[in-house]
Amino acid sequence: MNAFSPVPIALETKPLSPTPIPSPVAVSLHHVEKRFGRYPALNGVSLKVEPGELLALLGPSGSGKTTLLRLIAGLDFPDTGEIRFDDRDVTSTHAGQRGVGFVFQQYALFRHMSVAKNIAFGLDVKPRRDRATRSERAARVEELLALVDLEGLGGRYPSQLSGGQRQRVALARALAVSPRILLLDEPFGALDATVRKNLRRELRRIHHATGVTTVFVTHDQEEALDLADRIAILNDGRIEQLDRPGEVLDHPASAFVAGFVGQANQIPGEVTAGVFRAPGVELPAAHTPDGPALAFVRPDQLAPATPDERALAVWLERITPRGPVLWLDCRTPDGATLEAAIPRSNDPALAADAPIQLAARGGQVFSNSPTSGG
Amino acid sequence: MSMVASKRPLLVGTGKLFRRRSAIPGLGVTLGVTLTALCLIVLIPLASVFAAATQLGLGGFVRAAFSARALHAYALSFTASLIGAAVNSVFGLLTAWALVRYDFPGRAILNALVDLPFALPTAVAGIALAGIYSTNGWIGAVLAPLGIKAAYNEVGVVIALTFVGLPFVVRTVEPVLRDLAADVEEAAASLGAGRWRTIARVILPALAPAWITGFTLAFARAVGEYGSVIFIAGNMPYRTEIAPLLITIELEQFDYGAASAIAAVMLVVAFLMLLAINAVQAWSRRSV
Amino acid sequence: MARATPDASQDPFWAKAAVIGLAVSFIGLMLVLPLVAVFVQALSKGLAASLQALGDPDALAAVRLTLIAAALAVPVNTAFGLCASWAIAKHDFPGKSLLITLIDLPFSVSPVVAGLSYVLVFGLQGWFGPWLETHGIKIIFATPGIVLATVFVTFPFIARELISLMQAQGTDEEEAAVSLGASGLTIFRRVTAPNVSWGLLYGVLLCNARAMGEFGAVSVVSGHIRGVTDTMPLHVEILYNEYDFVGAFSVAALLCLLAVATLVLKTALERFQPQAESRAR
Repeated sequence: MNAFSPVPIALETKPLSPTPIPSPVAVSLHHVEKRFGRYPALNGVSLKVEPGELLALLGPSGSGKTTLLRLIAGLDFPDTGEIRFDDRDVTSTHAGQRGVGFVFQQYALFRHMSVAKNIAFGLDVKPRRDRATRSERAARVEELLALVDLEGLGGRYPSQLSGGQRQRVALARALAVSPRILLLDEPFGALDATVRKNLRRELRRIHHATGVTTVFVTHDQEEALDLADRIAILNDGRIEQLDRPGEVLDHPASAFVAGFVGQANQIPGEVTAGVFRAPGVELPAAHTPDGPALAFVRPDQLAPATPDERALAVWLERITPRGPVLWLDCRTPDGATLEAAIPRSNDPALAADAPIQLAARGGQVFSNSPTSGG
Repeated sequence: MSMVASKRPLLVGTGKLFRRRSAIPGLGVTLGVTLTALCLIVLIPLASVFAAATQLGLGGFVRAAFSARALHAYALSFTASLIGAAVNSVFGLLTAWALVRYDFPGRAILNALVDLPFALPTAVAGIALAGIYSTNGWIGAVLAPLGIKAAYNEVGVVIALTFVGLPFVVRTVEPVLRDLAADVEEAAASLGAGRWRTIARVILPALAPAWITGFTLAFARAVGEYGSVIFIAGNMPYRTEIAPLLITIELEQFDYGAASAIAAVMLVVAFLMLLAINAVQAWSRRSV
Repeated sequence: MARATPDASQDPFWAKAAVIGLAVSFIGLMLVLPLVAVFVQALSKGLAASLQALGDPDALAAVRLTLIAAALAVPVNTAFGLCASWAIAKHDFPGKSLLITLIDLPFSVSPVVAGLSYVLVFGLQGWFGPWLETHGIKIIFATPGIVLATVFVTFPFIARELISLMQAQGTDEEEAAVSLGASGLTIFRRVTAPNVSWGLLYGVLLCNARAMGEFGAVSVVSGHIRGVTDTMPLHVEILYNEYDFVGAFSVAALLCLLAVATLVLKTALERFQPQAESRAR
């Protein structure tokens, strides 16, 4: 666990009592399948989450990511396959016995209970012999309120809170039982952009503080890239790639990943003898078989061409400054859109509504022949 | 769950199967109680009606269930229920319209009153309606000089059946009318549709499924109604005798077979109504 | 209830007046007038005569039996409704929509047919008749039969209310409670029950009104023994057929008060819980 954390944390001086922080747990899934009626949600997924890791499940809707999360939580059960926490087979273990904290997309706060009661719920419903005393539980609630930055709001009801505050309560409630695994379903889905950013940082901090193995579901690639140690990209009930964010961006394992992550431009062309060629584009494609292919070129991999460079002649329609880059909306001669992002610092004095030569200085090539899947 | 070939048997026994389907506990017990209660209180008793009817044999059944007197009773029950439901669908729509779209003094009271037929015992409604519509009653006295008799005849039956079905159309149309956002109408109006065109082309089609559901519910309720009708109908055989009344008459003569035969016909109608209501509701869910 | 739609597309005054006028006169003619008529008739010989009719031992016995029937039928249907709604709204299983349809069945079965079916099961010539007779148990033409018939006609009330409410609320909160380690009973007691308490009250209210007012089904199984197997609605009929109009309408007035009280409570419940969905049935 990373000892450095950007925000001072109350937890480091005050250990979480009465239940100590459990050591992080590894989660592994082996050939897990799940269908709902005739609809296959997961087609043989195997996955290992390292202890203490922050893993993102990224994919379009219907890709099976939420199903996967619910299977880990024990809210649904796989048809075949096996789920293990460390060495323990939990495939048929009831959700309540798995020691997971689950944060629901719509938070699922108990609407008739105060914030404090919500957070204390998991502690209050323990069997009498395992239950902490009333004052210990109250202290734990205060601690968690501090952890999620909601001091003094314990008496409020969910309906009196903002979306971001509800999300924090849901997080505190899940953490109250000292889960060994924390699962979050689209944790920031229902929030506006600013709150999203703040909570993202917050989740990072809380993950550092607790060290709990964390898996979250998102359809937002930026969120996954920004937050996760590793990302599992799902499509059609399968994991397409499981890798660190940088790897996913730079070395996508499939055309789907390349297309889903990084807003890449897709340029159709042809591979012959390990080289991808399209009008104005030439890219190395050593591992792609000969035949029709698709090149995924990210906007930042396009740049105004030098005179001796091979270049795409396109029409520059619009220039938009976006933070440190200039965003160029272009149109190719055959009418397709092409997006490029060039650093603002070396502003080459561009003008909209004018032709421009763009060079592709990188990109991933995948076979596009109808026979090769994925 | 069983159609997927399992690498390793996960399910042992049906008890497990139910537990595996959901993380929320308690399905086994609650479903068990539900099915037991349903069988003991509803299904087994109703089955006994069919069992008793079959004991008559086919000839006996037809003689009892479709005697001239019984056929008259069915005809009256169905026509009067149909008219009652039709009256309710017109005035029910108007009432729902007034409740949802207009603000007027007494609206809350009107709204509460609509449910009166749900809350008022039918026998009470029966004697009250008979009192009002008989020739020396408040309304009957007004109608009598016009040559209209509204109690102790078919008109009385219709009045009683209108009463019992009154809330259905209002309560099914009301929520749809409320959800039919004003902006849909405004959009239609902004596209140049006139008021009547908007109503005819936009509002009424959207209301149709709920309206038909309400009509069917009112009709189904009226067909089985007994308490409110018998006081105002006059109960003359071959004229103002409704089908449920005929069942009680056969029962009083201890002719259980004949009573069951008529009851079996009524039950089949009830099943068909239920299917119709479900079909209409499925249709309305799809079209909304 | 929600406020009237702010009609941006103002309807012309005459249309508005016509719709409101027709609706008010329809409700007035069909519902208010009968209600008023009952009280006028009951008090036609003065309040004293009316109260005296209510003080009659047979009338009191009818009140007692009605209260007993409702006091048994409502809890039975509450228990059933809670079980059915938990199974149906919080779980998935094959045949669920058929089950919902079957639960609704008593709504479309004629009460008279319901009463007949109990006679056929428990009556002297019925399936269990001989066995019950030898064991000295009387169900038909006795209180148990009246209670059973009442349970039948009010069977769907609470279940329906709870099923639609629980389905609308979804299963998120229950799943959250499960993942926090709560047991089934704890989830029900601490999470589900508080969320559906208004709907439950609403269902109990309507169930109770119907239980106390049921006529057809009870009439068939009662045997009309004065002072013994007469409920209030049956007593109204007996008195009415004996031309004791003050008596009949006095008991009827009591039932009207029950209906009005039910409507007032129902409206109050809707006010307190304005977000509850409109309830069509």
